[in-house]
Amino acid sequence: MSVATAFQTIGPYWHLIEHPEEADLTRFGATGEALTLVGRIIDGARAPVADACVELWQASPEAGPHFPGWGRARTDANGEYRFTTVKPGPVPGRGNTLQAPHFALNLFARGVLTRLYTRAYFQGEALNATDPLLNLVDDPQRRASLIAKPEGAAVWRMDIVLQGEGETVFIEV
Amino acid sequence: MNDPLLFRPAQPGTQPDNNSPQYRSTGARHPKQPLLAWPHTVTEATGPQFTPAQFAPIVDLSMSGGKLAMGERIIVRGRVTDEDDRPVANTMIEVWQANAAGRYNHPGDQHDAALDPNFTGEGRVFTDADGWYQYVTIKPGAYPWGNHANAWRPNHIHYSLFGAGFATRLITQMYFPGDPLLALDPIFHTVPDAAARERLISKFDLDITKPDWALGYRFDVVLRGRLATPMEG
Ligand SMILES: [Fe+2]
Repeated sequence: MSVATAFQTIGPYWHLIEHPEEADLTRFGATGEALTLVGRIIDGARAPVADACVELWQASPEAGPHFPGWGRARTDANGEYRFTTVKPGPVPGRGNTLQAPHFALNLFARGVLTRLYTRAYFQGEALNATDPLLNLVDDPQRRASLIAKPEGAAVWRMDIVLQGEGETVFIEV
Repeated sequence: MNDPLLFRPAQPGTQPDNNSPQYRSTGARHPKQPLLAWPHTVTEATGPQFTPAQFAPIVDLSMSGGKLAMGERIIVRGRVTDEDDRPVANTMIEVWQANAAGRYNHPGDQHDAALDPNFTGEGRVFTDADGWYQYVTIKPGAYPWGNHANAWRPNHIHYSLFGAGFATRLITQMYFPGDPLLALDPIFHTVPDAAARERLISKFDLDITKPDWALGYRFDVVLRGRLATPMEG
């Protein structure tokens, strides 16, 4: 048996592998309910995280030739990221549970040595009440950090706080 | 539906702590609340599958538009396996790096060193059926950074790997043997375990070296494995 290779930070110059079109998961002709996910990332000093790499993964709808299921976006000078994708449906949880529709988000940045994993659920989704992950978070404010809010037509906002007041729930992976 | 197998947790000491004060930028960027314990579901156990058709390989970084970049040409070759020593086949590896002068082709890099019009610093390769990958590049230079007085990053190439699922995602850096800056580098030393740090250092390899052309370095990567085999019904 071998041991997994250690993480090292993505650093400030990861944009050399950035291709802005990768933030649009609909570019291969995906069908479904298109939406935009936006958010602002701030750090423990309430400063925008302007050099982050945000990656999105969704297990639903299933990835295929017309839908990669995965996207990558940079944050801008204000710490804002933006994805275009299609709305996920519910997916199975462990046991006979059902997970409410959600995105998985990975954050990489200078000053982050590994990755920070969180999820974006959708406010108002009936299945949120029985979602096994959301139900592990008792504190209503902490739980709210995992839920994107509608912001106009087909736009959802998922702000992320790396540290301190309003800190986003990050998940072990 | 069967529950997905869990990916193995990290061996103690082999991964960096996001709160690593010697690397100053971690100060305001690490969560202070504990991570939410969560067993992997389909969300974490599956992940993107990239194809060369949609993500075109870039296997030679040492030239651009038919013109040679400045610096020492090298060949980097290695194998990607999981913790059970099984090859990770057909997986995408992204690499990026500074040029021979220690400067990134990036607007944020203001180091007073030459840019090279023939060096972009981005690579993208796929492993073969047995987990092997290879690319040609220029040996990156060391560069200064603002972490502390007279701080210099050792020569390194950044790596990004995906593997089988979201849980196997890996961002790391490959270093070079014999680099005196390794002993002084706070980022390298965020990995507590000495053997785990050592595995981030590539090895000079005469078999990869191509006569009259370029030195070869070997760099293997291990992605997380799964905890147990499923019960077959
Ligand atoms: Fe670097």
